Amino acid sequence: MRGLTLQEATNEASLGENMYGTGLAKGLMLTLRHFVDSFVDDLRYGLRKYSHATDNFGLRQGTEAKGVITVQYPDEKVAVPERFRFVPFLIVEDEDHPIRSGKDWCTSCGICAKVCPPQCIWIVRGNDPDTGRPVPEPEAFFIDIDICMNCGYCAEYCPFDAIKMDHDYELASYDRTSHHIHDKEKLSKPASYWRDIAPTRAYEEMLVRGTWEHKDAAKEARRGSASASTRSSSRAQEPQAEAAPAAVATSAEAAAAPAASAPVEGATPWSEDDAKREERRRKALERKAKRAAKSGG
Amino acid sequence: MVSPALAPDDVVKALSIEDSMAYLKSKHPDAVSDDEREGYSGVVVQASKLVEVARAIRDDLGFDYLSSATAVDYLGAGDHMEMVYHAYRTSGGGALVFKAQTERENPEIPSLVPVWRGADFQEREAWDLYGIKFPGHPNLRRILMWEGFHGHPMRKDWREAYYEEEQKPFDNRWPGGHVHRSEEKNVFGKNVTYPPDIDLNRLMDTSESEVYASLGLGVDVERILDKDGFETNELVVNMGPHHPSTHGVFRMVLTVDGETVTSLEPVMGYLHRNHEKIGERNTYLHNIPFTDRLDYISSMGNNHGYVLAVEQLMSLGRKYNPPTYRCEAIRVMMVELSRIVNHLWAIGFWLNDIGAFFTPVLYFIQERERILDFFEAVAGSRMMCNYMRFGGLFGDLPERIKSVSNLTNDRVRDYNTMQFLTEMVNERIPRTIDELEQLLTQNEILLERSIGVGILSADDAINYSAAGPLLRGSGVAYDVRRADPYSIYPELDFDVAVEQDGDMYARYRVRVTELRESVRILKQILPRLEATYGESIWADGKPGAYAPRVPFGEAYGRVENGKGELGYYVVSAGGRGGSSNPWRYHVRAPSFINLTPMGLMSSGYKVADIVGILGSIDIVLGETDR
Ligand code: SF4
Ligand code: SF4
Repeated sequence: MRGLTLQEATNEASLGENMYGTGLAKGLMLTLRHFVDSFVDDLRYGLRKYSHATDNFGLRQGTEAKGVITVQYPDEKVAVPERFRFVPFLIVEDEDHPIRSGKDWCTSCGICAKVCPPQCIWIVRGNDPDTGRPVPEPEAFFIDIDICMNCGYCAEYCPFDAIKMDHDYELASYDRTSHHIHDKEKLSKPASYWRDIAPTRAYEEMLVRGTWEHKDAAKEARRGSASASTRSSSRAQEPQAEAAPAAVATSAEAAAAPAASAPVEGATPWSEDDAKREERRRKALERKAKRAAKSGG
Repeated sequence: MVSPALAPDDVVKALSIEDSMAYLKSKHPDAVSDDEREGYSGVVVQASKLVEVARAIRDDLGFDYLSSATAVDYLGAGDHMEMVYHAYRTSGGGALVFKAQTERENPEIPSLVPVWRGADFQEREAWDLYGIKFPGHPNLRRILMWEGFHGHPMRKDWREAYYEEEQKPFDNRWPGGHVHRSEEKNVFGKNVTYPPDIDLNRLMDTSESEVYASLGLGVDVERILDKDGFETNELVVNMGPHHPSTHGVFRMVLTVDGETVTSLEPVMGYLHRNHEKIGERNTYLHNIPFTDRLDYISSMGNNHGYVLAVEQLMSLGRKYNPPTYRCEAIRVMMVELSRIVNHLWAIGFWLNDIGAFFTPVLYFIQERERILDFFEAVAGSRMMCNYMRFGGLFGDLPERIKSVSNLTNDRVRDYNTMQFLTEMVNERIPRTIDELEQLLTQNEILLERSIGVGILSADDAINYSAAGPLLRGSGVAYDVRRADPYSIYPELDFDVAVEQDGDMYARYRVRVTELRESVRILKQILPRLEATYGESIWADGKPGAYAPRVPFGEAYGRVENGKGELGYYVVSAGGRGGSSNPWRYHVRAPSFINLTPMGLMSSGYKVADIVGILGSIDIVLGETDR
């Protein structure tokens, strides 16, 4: 006989003097405690369990909770954290942006298509109809969401913050062939949406970029060419494939940005100091915009 | 210097890797030579002398553990096939790498199964995927693909049905990315060639006995199946592929004599997707999220092994910055949390297998969920973490684990990350482990079911290349974190869990001890995180490039994952063809190799025990089948 006999093992588990079945009973006590705990928890929260108040939800899902809580999907849903990643979307400038309203942030540089592991991104680079030279804007953009593995690389390596991972995971449909290749129209969501679902990250990215809107908006404002829709082909650049996101957040650049973007609505995700700084910045931009409006006539 | 008190045998057994190689060269001067290719290490052994040299490596030099055996196809780069072996000493230390080469047409390399039984499945895999024949192998059949599959898919000139291009990124995605579905363009059948002797209209099932006869069950199947001859009680039983206890689509064919199992043969490959072929089309970066899908219970550990392998290669070049201390600390924390998840899961489902249906496992899953909450907040996904990068991480820990209401009826949570971690590590996880022990460790039913069942002796465990809790449960204190340390494990204080009995109960005990040791490690990590707060996770302060330059060479990165030793053998073609894709990408999957001794462990036990024995090995089919 190889190994231990049962008797030896029970001795080893310091059960030698105990009656057979003690271990079993101990285990059952634990099951009983779990059973009772869940009711104690129910009593403690009472009908609040069914209320939509989020504070006790956080508590009952947290480290201090004892009982178990069942989330009644789809009547209730667990909100996903900011870094959660699901099928990506493209950012377009907010509707109320003075010069770039509805314009893509994407410059069609193709990096996301290269880093995509299952190769499910398809981009048609735009061409200037007059000169035939490429312009920094995609003509078409497709993501096959059946193939997308939600890895988040496209968002991570996009040098223009133009593609982001969404939080909306309810994408089921009855027909995959007509619904599961997302085109540019379906992919595009305003920048304000990103600020809503991921306020902290949007804020951090703003600091790196130096402006709430697309990098180019700031540049355009500096150059004084207010009309963003007429683009000369000389500006059409073929972005450097290896270009890392410019990590400059000079206050000069931030101040130069037009007063388009309102601060994030609702709760500010960052510290109070930041909020104050943000408020000061917003006011300064407002003043600047007024001055510009006056002098420009 | 070696002490003169040692017997000559022991002197040889204590030689360093370099001296061991020199010893081999002096002993077999015309069969062994240095591997002189740039970035390669180890020795090249003449195929005809391989078995002899392997015996010397095992018996004289004491490299008793064959970790990995895999093939490489050097088409266009020497035009030969190569088998690469990594052997270790169970007493610890680095690998003795040895290789044997053969030509691409009719490749043949003597089998090492007579030396290490652990080579069994790995050589079958090399035959299946590369077409290398192994004279001397007792049972050389396909293992991942099905018998009758045309071709050997890992060969560089083999192309898959939806073949697009040799390597990613594919050219037609940008700038002219007109979308199509590959299955529309490439209707199945158009680009598939069938062997000339196959007529699709006349395909027939092979007879039962042929299938079973090929399985190498070691019984006279004809006699069993013969309906007239009632002189035997033996019966062939299929468990799986759709059997709930197999933890996925996995099949065991067993012959039973009454209730007693006389032989068992694992059949796998139902979830095979040729992960390695995909990996060789991918760029280095592309592979990280694919590794998540191997052992999807502990994806952090999978990431870790792979980035270690590629970092090893990158360190051969000039422009390489090793990860920062904070990065290493976070990595270790993540893999230890994964180990906890893995062991809770393994114990829970093993209990399901032996009859404690779902009560314990749900208690464990409750804790696991909280750890996954943390992964989700940090890495962006609960299971497919895709968190580690070459030389860094996807991102630092966020200040708060926090959600924002987005869909209707969303419920939000908001915790301070460090506080959450501290409470988890100091209170919740230890409490769960205590509960687990209270519930099970002395439970008489569990003891009776598991003690003395599924025994694997220490010698067999080593010889069969068992790894992880399966190896340590058999009394071999071999843990890669201590035996061949990586990351910051050398400075962390923890013990290698080991049990002597080699049965199911011993494996359970090893896992419980490892849970406690992981908590011990996590407690040491938390102050390190506090101390490095604010430091960058990248050596030069900014994220790594998406197309890192990886110089010529080979690397074997291995980590102690929850299920055992997980290794990645990566060969870089460097400048060859100017590609940023690995030339060879091989996964040494513990779930796969740990199945090698399954037949040995099972014979003589009852059918009901088989389920438990399989559960006690702890396999996951994403990794087994790759
Ligand atoms: S990486 Fe960003 S800017 Fe470049 S093509 Fe993709 S989404 Fe557009
Ligand atoms: S998330 Fe990953 S798989 Fe999906 S589109 Fe982006 S890069 Fe491709």
